[in-house]
Amino acid sequence: MNPSMDAGYIWTIIIVLGVGTYLIRFSFLGLIGGKDLPDWVLRHLRYTAVAVLPGLVAPLVLWPAATGGEVDPARLSAALVTFGVGLLTRNVVAAITLGGATLFGMIWLTGAY
Amino acid sequence: MPRATQKSYYWIGFRTGLPFLLVVMPFGMLFGVVATEAGFTSVQTMAFSSVVFAGAAQFTALQLMADDAPFLIVVATALAVNLRMAMYSASLAVWLGRAPLWKRALIAYVNVDQSYAVSMNRYEDEPDLSLTQRIGFFFGAVTPVCPMWVVATGLGIWFGDTIPDWMALDFAVPICFLAIIAPMMRTLAHMVSAVASIVLALVFSGLPYNLGLLVAAAVAMIVGAQVEMWMSRRAEA
Repeated sequence: MNPSMDAGYIWTIIIVLGVGTYLIRFSFLGLIGGKDLPDWVLRHLRYTAVAVLPGLVAPLVLWPAATGGEVDPARLSAALVTFGVGLLTRNVVAAITLGGATLFGMIWLTGAY
Repeated sequence: MPRATQKSYYWIGFRTGLPFLLVVMPFGMLFGVVATEAGFTSVQTMAFSSVVFAGAAQFTALQLMADDAPFLIVVATALAVNLRMAMYSASLAVWLGRAPLWKRALIAYVNVDQSYAVSMNRYEDEPDLSLTQRIGFFFGAVTPVCPMWVVATGLGIWFGDTIPDWMALDFAVPICFLAIIAPMMRTLAHMVSAVASIVLALVFSGLPYNLGLLVAAAVAMIVGAQVEMWMSRRAEA
């Protein structure tokens, strides 16, 4: 960790992110309904989750820090199984369970650790 | 017996939320480990998890702080990661908007990916639920997950480096998010937006301070909205 990160800096980040995150979560629930928002804003908001999360995950899947950024067969196949099962069953828990089983199965098979 | 009904929906929600412990526990523990390694004190790490209460944003902020990114970049990127929650808030408001203010304030605090996803599914499956039943379900779904997020962070601080590598805690995050994203692929617009997000995030991954993710997310949102408009024009024509 760099030396410029003193306690005051860390606490400022925690508080600013805490307040900012809460305001985002409260936004429409607080304003009740968000019916007054123009259509084009709602149309963009509909895609925030699918616009942010896949981009966040993609590098973690392809270049995991745990393997020094090398493509890892165990993590890659676990990701594909998780997504495939989720797509076919629409069942989050089934996707997580089978994805996790694939990850540990592949780690064991490839003797990665 | 409205009270009894709310109670039973609370427990239905509880059982629905319970399996998420499988991902919340490793995810929270990993945060405890990584934050401690990055130089956070135990108190700061616990405060981070309980005040911000958003795993993906916490990891993003931590990563950027370790990379010595400027303050504004840390805050903007972590909040951008959380911007999806404005959409969660908007769609929950349709179902829970008539709850008293203090309940909405509490719902907002514990509005996380998992509780949002299972609650929306339930509300859409059973649109005739009363407001009380909906609120009961939401808090039920949240109960097993949210306190354990903070507890797991504490366990991560406690165990620290003794957690073996083969447990691959790092991959709890991608698995959890992939499982949440997959059922969201409802329309062509959602799919195109997700593909745009992936391609652009990888192409721009070289940009400093995780700016690549911000760019990718902004463009992918516009792409999704444009595809939706194109589809509805086609449907009308």
